[in-house]
Amino acid sequence: MDAFLNGWGLTLVTFVPLVGAALVMALPAGRELQLKAAALGASLVTALFAVLLLARFSVSRAGELQYVVDRPWIDVINSRYIMGIDGISLPLVLLTALIVPLCIVYSFGHFPEPRNPKSFLALLLVLETGMIGTFVAQDLILFFVFFEVVLLPMYFMIGVWGGENRRYAAIKFFLYTLFGSALMLVSFLAMFFLADGTLAGLEAARTFDMRALSGGATAAIARTSQLWIFAGMFLGFGIKVPMFPFHTWLPDAHTEAPTVGSVILAAVLLKLGTYGFVRVAVPMLPEAAAAWAPVIGLLAVVGIIYGALGCLAQRDLKRLIAFSSVAHMGFVMLGIATLTPFGINAAVFGMVAHGLITGMLFFLAGSVKDRYHTLEMSRLGGLLQQAPRMGWILGFCAMASLGLPGLAGFWGEFPAILASYNPAEILNEAVFRAYMVIAALGTVLAAGYLLWMLQKTAFGNAREEFADSPDVNDTTRREWLAWAPLLVLIVVLGFYPRLLHEATDPAVRESLQVEAVGGAPGDCLEVQRGEDCFEQLRRAGAQASSNSGSGR
Amino acid sequence: MVKLPSIGVLAAEGTAEIVQVGGWFLSNVWIIPAIPAASFFAILFFGKRMPRGGSELGIAAVAASLVLALCTVGQWISTVNGAHGAAVEPVVNRWTWWVAGGVDFQLGTLVDGLAVALLFVVTAVSLLVHVYSTDYVAGDVRYTHFFAFLSLFTASMLFFVLAENTIQMIVGWELVGVCSFVLIGHWWEEKPNSDAALKAFLTNRVGDVGLLVGVSVLFFAAGGTFSILEINTKALGGEIGHTLLLVSALCLLAAVISKSGQFFLHTWLPDAMAGPTPVSALIHAATMVVAGVYLVARLYGVFFEGMVIAGSSINALALIGGLTTLVGASLAFVQNDIKRVLAYSTISQLGYMVMALGVGAWTAAVFHLFTHAFFKACLFLGSGSVSHAVHSFDMKADMGGLRRHMPHTYRTFLIASLALAGLPPLAGFWSKDEILAGTGGWGVFGGTGGNGAYTAMLVMGMVTAALTAAYMTRCVYLTFFGRYRGHGHPHESGRRITVPLWILAVFAVGAGWTNLPKGFQIVPKSWTEQFGHFVEPAAAEGFYFPKIAHATPSWTLAIVSILVVLAGGGLAFGYYALVDRRAKAGGPATELADGPTSRWAPARLGHTLLAQKYYLDHLYTGIVAKGTAGPVARGAYWFNQHGIDEVVNQAGRKAVAAGHVVYDRIDQKVIDGVVNTAGAASHGAGEELRRMQTGKVQQYAGVMFVASVVLAAALILVL
Repeated sequence: MDAFLNGWGLTLVTFVPLVGAALVMALPAGRELQLKAAALGASLVTALFAVLLLARFSVSRAGELQYVVDRPWIDVINSRYIMGIDGISLPLVLLTALIVPLCIVYSFGHFPEPRNPKSFLALLLVLETGMIGTFVAQDLILFFVFFEVVLLPMYFMIGVWGGENRRYAAIKFFLYTLFGSALMLVSFLAMFFLADGTLAGLEAARTFDMRALSGGATAAIARTSQLWIFAGMFLGFGIKVPMFPFHTWLPDAHTEAPTVGSVILAAVLLKLGTYGFVRVAVPMLPEAAAAWAPVIGLLAVVGIIYGALGCLAQRDLKRLIAFSSVAHMGFVMLGIATLTPFGINAAVFGMVAHGLITGMLFFLAGSVKDRYHTLEMSRLGGLLQQAPRMGWILGFCAMASLGLPGLAGFWGEFPAILASYNPAEILNEAVFRAYMVIAALGTVLAAGYLLWMLQKTAFGNAREEFADSPDVNDTTRREWLAWAPLLVLIVVLGFYPRLLHEATDPAVRESLQVEAVGGAPGDCLEVQRGEDCFEQLRRAGAQASSNSGSGR
Repeated sequence: MVKLPSIGVLAAEGTAEIVQVGGWFLSNVWIIPAIPAASFFAILFFGKRMPRGGSELGIAAVAASLVLALCTVGQWISTVNGAHGAAVEPVVNRWTWWVAGGVDFQLGTLVDGLAVALLFVVTAVSLLVHVYSTDYVAGDVRYTHFFAFLSLFTASMLFFVLAENTIQMIVGWELVGVCSFVLIGHWWEEKPNSDAALKAFLTNRVGDVGLLVGVSVLFFAAGGTFSILEINTKALGGEIGHTLLLVSALCLLAAVISKSGQFFLHTWLPDAMAGPTPVSALIHAATMVVAGVYLVARLYGVFFEGMVIAGSSINALALIGGLTTLVGASLAFVQNDIKRVLAYSTISQLGYMVMALGVGAWTAAVFHLFTHAFFKACLFLGSGSVSHAVHSFDMKADMGGLRRHMPHTYRTFLIASLALAGLPPLAGFWSKDEILAGTGGWGVFGGTGGNGAYTAMLVMGMVTAALTAAYMTRCVYLTFFGRYRGHGHPHESGRRITVPLWILAVFAVGAGWTNLPKGFQIVPKSWTEQFGHFVEPAAAEGFYFPKIAHATPSWTLAIVSILVVLAGGGLAFGYYALVDRRAKAGGPATELADGPTSRWAPARLGHTLLAQKYYLDHLYTGIVAKGTAGPVARGAYWFNQHGIDEVVNQAGRKAVAAGHVVYDRIDQKVIDGVVNTAGAASHGAGEELRRMQTGKVQQYAGVMFVASVVLAAALILVL
């Protein structure tokens, strides 16, 4: 079993959905039941593999990559088929493998117009392959391919099954993220040419191997080049997160996307960006990360306040939730910007928590829309009266989203605030303390817009226009089935955050470890005069690579 | 889990010894909050199917907690007695909750005299409120749900009280806030109720910013620990710089101001009266609102050092508390809603407690918290009983003369009112007087001691004492005396309401006797200062509690304060006696037709100012909240749509234009053949793709790809 998982586990968990998609495409369009069964089956098999991976995952070695496969792939550019997961990837793979079957269950019985379940389900499964692939890839080209694979299905999902303004939203989503990806690719290529794999123990100098690139191969890159390369990745990942001011695609995409699309977008897609920071940008270019961190932090806290203000200005329920993502991801980015293990742990927790909670909120928005055929908050009201259970779930999720202790959201938010009081030694303390206060103020606004939303939709008496509407019923069994796992996880992670931290903590520490190269001390992030330390590191690196004869 | 030896004496470095204690109840105290927490889930899931809608579960759970709390109290008392005057180490049990990035989050319990006192107050009042509620909310649409949240509140409050570290305090603090939100908005069908719930939650959130920041600062200042005892010890031992202590104390003070209804964030508390009355009694009078006071008392080392309480004559804590007593008491005068009178009175009394902590009278503050819980809960439950009878809370319109109809309610309400006003020998007198004595600003009265000369606080406290007596006289008169002005026939409430009232009334009388002042020669010396003896940690070197100077009680001060109370009450009494006489002759029943406000412009002005609640609500709701949600948020969103997004759209348009240029001029003419091939491929992509304008997308993708290659090349060449 272990041998099988070690060799095939990650490949299977990534590509089973794709096989499922092919299967769905092969089935006749008229046989809806078979289509659903095939899609659900494929996603469940994926989930099963994910659970198996979890079961055999060694938590005590969570800092190392596990189930690693390393095969030649594109020899011309020395890109290899490398996959592996550590404590950071694992929760995100599990989150994805959980969300997709729930989405399929949720869409049973009512596919958004223009229906066409066949294409819808197939796209969903292709999307899953892209998402999981991104989290397991350990080669930059492979990573990039998966990162891009996600775009197209989502583009069609918004463009075909979306709301009234879907074309605009879909194109905007596609182009904006593609624009970011292009810059990201440039950065990847630059790293390929400038880094020296021999410093990390590889034979070849030019490599896309992510393990090597975050293991010292980038040490000899000139500071200016590092800054530019980081900037490219910053844009690529930052747009995906999305960080202020690159967030404007998000409200449109969310508002227009079908419910399931919004859920996946919020729960997983946004995490591709933050995951990129945690996995690629920060560990590979720690020096540049330290230089950019004040900017990242600033944009993060601006996003927190700005996103919250945006929420307060919304009249549409779904758009409000979409804007809240900008604010929440601000907390995640603030955690990352501190460059401390504690802050990045908080960020990873925040990613998972946001995925669960905001995913849940989008499910709810979809269900409200099904019942009331509108999301205009001024027309809603009395949900608690007409559909008490759903009203309660909405209240619960609002509380979770505003960061109530005891629920998952809090452990992403407060630790990020705490971490920014004491960022990595190399960073300016005063600046981050100011960020801390601004971020803390954001929690007031978060409570403001969420409770205001709750008051508008759930409290009060049922509106006359919907009082006798036959569509307004309480939570259905299908909805319970799709929601229960998320609700349970929100509570469980809230009570027992250790579940995640056991895995993430060693991996985060490992990722922040600046490798010592050629006798120079590592760990420059935790030194007061970190720039000097990095300079030393660079000289040692240059020395080492010219010795090995692979330097340019 | 840290196992402690059952009883062993450790020699401490300093003068007094520190005794470590143990005991089953003290070590396993976590069960006390766990029981109501379990009952919350049980009621939530099974309550509706139970014969009494889940209320029986809630009552049983809280009763069990009360029994355990009493056992814990007993064990604590016996250990303190066994220590023979040495400082008793608090009983701490803790487990690692989670670890990340080198930060250790613990979960545990901390039991000392303070925690034990609160355990008793919370469980006792909660049980009485539970019993009362079975009658009060009988037949309510959300009866089960009401009891579920009473359970959750009790559990959260107990969790907060037993918190071993500041993180747990945050958790408990927020959870009680949510319960408060849910219970204030219990009748959410009406907009004013949900408005009040939102206001309470949001106002508290403002203070929570201070809590989050304060806890963060303290964590790093104390060298990476959340443990309350460690933080206190380090703060007192001079291991934390004064600036950091001051900053964190001020941040935490913001949290106290919002949670404990202190001036200037007190405005949510009167509105919170929209909730059912038992909720007001339990949450908004006896327990949750004292969380702020408890926070200060818990982290007293931080406040004591940060605010330099010893030896100064004014500090932020004392000043905020003093102002709050005055603001609350003055506003209580102009309320017509009986619950609002009590709410403002609560604000004023909480001000007393905070002021007491500010002047260093720690025991007095906790003692007042203790006595106030009983008499104020009694008053609230009494007002609920009245409203049950007359179906209104409006004293002027629907009450009057109820003493004949509701003898039990009347008597208990009167007892509690006198206790609140501070007449001896009732509970309020002892605790209030201890606070006044503790200000130390009473050299004029011939006493000594205290931590400084807080004369201003003494004056504020005295004025408030007079005001309190006066507004309670007004309240009792308007409710129980004069002519009945309501409709229908008021009747006394049932046993489930009157019995809790009587129990609380007994406490309103007797709770004060637990801490009779020492110089009071009427009773044997061993009866005096018992509360302080068991609750206040004895100061020892390297301990978690500061060495505070205790004021010696003064007969003069006591007599002056009694006279002040009598004067305040007497004036109000005289006024209403006059009203009564005129009313019998056909005048208005609730106020004089030619009172001072109608004759004297400054009085009228003052009345308007009070009636408008110092215009604070206008400022917060009208300007701050509406401003943020209105113009500011709309402005930000406008900027988003027309600023940032416009850039994006323009970039898109320009790119399309550029694409057209490239396509029309270069592609079509120069590399025609290649493009034709690509075009054919894109045609083959099918119906859907064409509908989606993918032609454009591919163009974009092409442009992007070319651009990225060019950029990559440029970057590599440049670097």
